[in-house]
Amino acid sequence: MIAEIGHFALVLALVVALAQASLPLYGAARANAPLVAVARPAAQMQFVLVLAAFLALVHAFVTSDFSVYAAAINSHSTMPLVYKIAGVWGNHEGSMVLWVLILALFGAAVATFGANLPPTLQARVLAVQAMISFGFLAFILFTSDPFARVFPPPPDGQGLNPILQDPGLASHPPVLYLGYVGFSMAFSFAIAALIEGRVDASWARWVRPWTLAAWCTLTLGIAMGSWWAYYTLGWGGFWFWDPVENASFMPWLAGTALLHSAIVVEKRDALKSWTVLLAIVTFSLSLIGTFLVRSGVLTSVHAFANSPARGIFILALLVIAIGGSLILYAVRAPNLAPGGLFAPISREGALMLNNLILASAAATVLVGTLYPLFLERIGGPKISVGAPFFNLTFVPLISPLLVAVPIGPLLGWKRADLAAALQRLWAAGAAAFLAGLVALYLHSGGPILAVFGLALAAWLFVGAFAELAARTNLGRAALGETLRRARHLPRSTYGAALAHAGLGIALAGIVGTTAWRVERIATMHPGEKVALAGYEVSLDDVAPANGSNYEGQRADMTVTRDGRLVARLTPQKRTFALSGADTAVTAIHTTGIADIYAALGDSDGQGGWTVRLYDNPLAPWIWLGAVVMAAGGILSLSDRRLRVGAPARRRLPESAATASGD
Amino acid sequence: MMRTILAMIAVLWMALGLAHAVTPQEMLADPALEARARAIGQGLRCLVCQNQSIDDSNADLAHDLRVLVRQRLMAGDSDAQVVQYIVERYGQFVLLKPPVEPATYLLWLSPGIVFLIGLVGAVAYVRKRQRDLGEVPPLTIEEQRHLAKLLKSDGER
Amino acid sequence: MAKRLVYIAPLLVFAAIAVFFFAGLGRDPAIVPSALIDKPAPKFNLPALIDGKPGLSSADLKGKPVLVNVFASWCVPCKEEHPILMDLAKEGVVLYGIDYKDKPEDARQLLAAMGDPYERIGADRDGSTGIDWGVYGVPETYVVDSTGTIRYKQVGPLDREAVEGVIRPLLSRLAK
Repeated sequence: MIAEIGHFALVLALVVALAQASLPLYGAARANAPLVAVARPAAQMQFVLVLAAFLALVHAFVTSDFSVYAAAINSHSTMPLVYKIAGVWGNHEGSMVLWVLILALFGAAVATFGANLPPTLQARVLAVQAMISFGFLAFILFTSDPFARVFPPPPDGQGLNPILQDPGLASHPPVLYLGYVGFSMAFSFAIAALIEGRVDASWARWVRPWTLAAWCTLTLGIAMGSWWAYYTLGWGGFWFWDPVENASFMPWLAGTALLHSAIVVEKRDALKSWTVLLAIVTFSLSLIGTFLVRSGVLTSVHAFANSPARGIFILALLVIAIGGSLILYAVRAPNLAPGGLFAPISREGALMLNNLILASAAATVLVGTLYPLFLERIGGPKISVGAPFFNLTFVPLISPLLVAVPIGPLLGWKRADLAAALQRLWAAGAAAFLAGLVALYLHSGGPILAVFGLALAAWLFVGAFAELAARTNLGRAALGETLRRARHLPRSTYGAALAHAGLGIALAGIVGTTAWRVERIATMHPGEKVALAGYEVSLDDVAPANGSNYEGQRADMTVTRDGRLVARLTPQKRTFALSGADTAVTAIHTTGIADIYAALGDSDGQGGWTVRLYDNPLAPWIWLGAVVMAAGGILSLSDRRLRVGAPARRRLPESAATASGD
Repeated sequence: MMRTILAMIAVLWMALGLAHAVTPQEMLADPALEARARAIGQGLRCLVCQNQSIDDSNADLAHDLRVLVRQRLMAGDSDAQVVQYIVERYGQFVLLKPPVEPATYLLWLSPGIVFLIGLVGAVAYVRKRQRDLGEVPPLTIEEQRHLAKLLKSDGER
Repeated sequence: MAKRLVYIAPLLVFAAIAVFFFAGLGRDPAIVPSALIDKPAPKFNLPALIDGKPGLSSADLKGKPVLVNVFASWCVPCKEEHPILMDLAKEGVVLYGIDYKDKPEDARQLLAAMGDPYERIGADRDGSTGIDWGVYGVPETYVVDSTGTIRYKQVGPLDREAVEGVIRPLLSRLAK
């Protein structure tokens, strides 16, 4: 019964989406206020309906109702409750419902909190959002219905893939989707702007909070996925350039570029048609990613089960959404009023460089991901493009940008003095030099690139605060004045500094873990000890440890340094009855600046166990850095000025600091 | 040349302890040979799990190939010969780093091409704006205020 | 005019991508094509699996077109394709088997239960011959012509489509 309600709610949502997509657009074109006013309540109602459907699906999983198709395939009565809930989105059908839920959530949010938007723009934005929802609701109802009934209902479900039964899984997809799908709002704003024929500073200001919210959550979502891989897969890797990972990374790169180019539109009324294109491209990359994951066109460890019918449907959605928007762009964008002028060395120039590099990086990842498909289809050999390609191309491309990051905010608008900006970065330069020396000293046998990498990370971290120092006249005026200025600095300035600093932290983590990881693989018997990077690790015991749906072995290990106890690690190996699959539960002890990582392998049948031990320097900083980046974004999001409608004409305070305005 | 250097650096970078399904029984006694085996293994795709190197994969075939790599190394093959041995049997798909050959020139050149196109576009944009608006860019806000102050102080005299 | 072209470019790029996506649908990207097509079969010499039935070596591949089928008792899809193999054998197609990474007793049990379509079977206990053939999963079937050159590889179990559409026509071409 509840499943039928859920199904019906989806159908109703489809109808509402149709109305929301058409009536307000027509109303906006004909200045028909009542039709325009349909948009807001429709968006809110759509959210309520999709939420109801989602909850109905959760209900089916939680109550182990195996007459519901999605539950029968993906759930099992012996699973712990948390995984029954997480199982809702651990499969194709359920995750699509989550997809449209987030689409509807953003629509309802703009409807409810977007009071500062002009009604016609808001109506158009919500209409475009509804078009996307309509497409995906249709996709669900026609090809991927989770509520289909299974007769006769099986006695039990097929269970969730054991590797997915993990707290990380429970949270990674919803957070990721908030970002991934959240960029739909920037897309909708872009289309609405093209329809209106106007892109200006206010548009950039209105689109910013939604783009920023999506960016923050996508940053966290990608970091969570990476962290989950790190502690789940048993070998300490955290990024594999897998097609599905790339599918989430490309929108992140484009979204970061979008955030920065929107600043230029807002402050200088320039780069308008490029920013609109970028907004379209960012979400298009999300859509392409959705296609890649669910169509079976590329192999991936992440991919959902697929069928040709689904692939064709999504491809059709892609062609309509992306093709349609790019046609609109080709027609309307040339008519957008061109904006201000600036010299190459200026804040605008730096932001253009930012966009140039990020866009090139996103394009490189896209080419690398799609090239095997392209080559095979034109009759060439079947090749594979793996991590080595991406590491060799992405890293050199992104490095100049990382060097430029602390410099950009110190440059003035229109025309800037590069030498003065560099002078302000003396502390960052010194920090980079010191960090390089430290790296060289501690890891003299390691790769030389890692030394540069750590220096770059220090440059980024210290350099992030250089703008704050400059704007508050730190060191050049009395402390009182510095503090006073600091209080008046807008939150988005702090947010940007924090985000850039977070980037430095994450870079340090990536360099440290990749370059200086120490590994020991050994067969150990209980009682034996092994040396690892200055620690001593002993295997005390291996005993059975079973759970509600698995049998396992647990190893008790002790880590000491110079005789003092550092940690107790208990890695496990689990075999799941249902699927026969093995998973490893790794044991990680973090010291804050490194991870000691242990994974239990197979028994050799004679009392010995394969044990894999790693010391991963700076590994925790990877995810710490991502969290700091997202925190910077959230800080920016809380900036009051983002809620003001048109940029308010306010008198510039006497104390406006550098030539940059803000 | 630069690419070779970068490639070597990348391989060295990755060779430092990233082998994750390798078992102690497989590992060679000679650390130099074992390091070579790891480096080669990092570059070979596991055809069963796909998207994992043979060093990372638990599959039987990955194990067999890891053993094979070490056997060939012990028999005296060079790194290139070992890789060639496997490519002869499984085709180029087994290489995680796509070979640089006419079919893949476009792939390897794409970052540079895209960047250049973007650079040309950016430069063209800036130049065109300069042409459209004439040579003198309008005053910045700072300059306007400064001018206003000057005019005001002028007027006060 | 150049301006218009710049604005149309993104659309053209997407159109190209969409075309390739369409072309990629319905194909299994996990299938790895054989590197040995039109090349001589690798040299090998496998011991017999069953008393009374000869083993398999590369010398046996010359003289007539044959199917070389890689199978194992632990492989589920092998059991699915087995009836097709039996039919082919009844029609007179020469089938040679390679028992891949298998326990001989288990393989013998499988053949006793489901029938034995093979004229010769080699036991590849450690899989090294399989590696020489580029085997990466079971079952796989190779069409080898009378000179011992590999002409076609079927990845996965044989189905009616593959047999009628590819293998039979190929065998009759090779027989001439």
